[in-house]
Amino acid sequence: MSLRSTARAVPQLLRTGLAETVAYRAEFVVWMLTTTLPLVMLGLWTSVAADGAFRGYSSPDFVAYYLAALIVRNLTGSWVVWQINDEIRRGILAMRLLRPVHPFVAYAASHVAAVPLRGLIALPVTVILLATTARDSLTHDPLQIALILPSLAGAWLLTFAFLFGLGCLAFFIDKSMALLDVYFGVFAVLSGYLIPLPMLPSWLPTVARWLPFRFMLSAPVEVITGRELGAGGAAQLVALQWGYAALILALALALWRAGVRRFEAVGG
Amino acid sequence: MTAALRYPRLLALQLRVSLTTAMQYRADFVVEGLMSVYWVSWNLLPLLILYADRPSVAGWDFPSALVVIGWFVVLRGILEGAINPSLVDIVERIRTGAFDYVLLKPADSQFLISTARFAPWRIIDVIGGFVILVIAFARLGRTPAAGDLAAGGLLMLAAVIVMYALWVGVVAASFWVVRLDNLTYLLGALFDTARWPVQVFRGAWRFLFTFVLPMALMTTYPAMALLGRIDVTTALACVAGALALAIGARLLWIGAVRNYTSASS
Repeated sequence: MSLRSTARAVPQLLRTGLAETVAYRAEFVVWMLTTTLPLVMLGLWTSVAADGAFRGYSSPDFVAYYLAALIVRNLTGSWVVWQINDEIRRGILAMRLLRPVHPFVAYAASHVAAVPLRGLIALPVTVILLATTARDSLTHDPLQIALILPSLAGAWLLTFAFLFGLGCLAFFIDKSMALLDVYFGVFAVLSGYLIPLPMLPSWLPTVARWLPFRFMLSAPVEVITGRELGAGGAAQLVALQWGYAALILALALALWRAGVRRFEAVGG
Repeated sequence: MTAALRYPRLLALQLRVSLTTAMQYRADFVVEGLMSVYWVSWNLLPLLILYADRPSVAGWDFPSALVVIGWFVVLRGILEGAINPSLVDIVERIRTGAFDYVLLKPADSQFLISTARFAPWRIIDVIGGFVILVIAFARLGRTPAAGDLAAGGLLMLAAVIVMYALWVGVVAASFWVVRLDNLTYLLGALFDTARWPVQVFRGAWRFLFTFVLPMALMTTYPAMALLGRIDVTTALACVAGALALAIGARLLWIGAVRNYTSASS
């Protein structure tokens, strides 16, 4: 598995991934539509804020926050846990192991290939809405705007690595899919997907500040909307995010190595 | 045996099979119970945050909103315990042609499909939801009047019918578009909006959740009936809407089965 052979394989993996996404476009769109949570919360909080700002958040602030959250969620979404579970259960992981490319790269490529189409569906409407109704709640600092893309990429890598690691647990336990539910519950609260982190009760915001979940969703949203964050604060946030991504990636790969040793292909 | 006797007996049999399966995984009871508690508190979190700062939102104070959430938790328990388990694998059966075996049996196909599988542990959610309802009324400091209780019960029944009709409708649609097996997930995601009183939403949102996707019928109106805040016209409209949806779903199902061309060879 040399670096060069991997680099040669990646363009084809991306092409295959794109073809798959296009082939399953109807399901793809329906899956994207299931991310209704930010829109529902948006509807709720904007009606609440219509009677006056709620904890410093005005109605446009909520629009900016939840639309940004919707964008981040759609661009960083991952189904790798299902993929790994299914392939372990049916034994077809064996074929993946035969290929001269690390499965992490292969899985990642199929996910990256879906990002352009996801963007194509999610971005136009949300960006227009953001620009027209929540302009003043977005950052105007050019340096901070430049950091949006790195923070989105970091969020993607962190989410993907975390879920890859979660998927690897299927090597060790039977009911790892149930863990995905638990993960989503924790993620939704501690990443700011459900509610902006500063609005959480008592000690939760402090804890959430330093946990990796914040960097999966809240961090890029903060970079997009945080007017008082400033370029310096945003850079710090992104640096911390990439640090977390590297750490989680290393852990996930170690879990994979340990898991594959236990893997016994079922069927043929 | 007459049909009136046969169907309850069939239902009892299908229930017993599900119960036997569930008893094989007794440890799940603890896990599912813990998960239920977790999800209920998860659902309550935005509510607690909201009402910590505002005494009332869109005419709903905290205990009244709790009534909506309590009934929402019950309804979700019914959905995941009695409706979803049967309906999720039907798409797979249509794709593989295994649906033929259902059609061959000498009983109504919609009945057989709808009662194929139950998830008995979901009873925890149902009980949890009723506990929330009791807590809500304790906080209000009163018990619902007998009339409100009757109206509430009627609208709750209508709510279950609405939910069932929606899900059967979506499954019937999958006869035509087999590839969209995730439509039920979409419906599930939309159902999550029902945990809020519909009045909280404004304008287009409220119209959408009342008439296009009748979430208001499922939670808000039964809760209002329990609280004694509903007028007779609205209540009757809810019941009529539920019946119309049930008939529509039944017609859709019959049309779908007629349209079914087996996938098996």
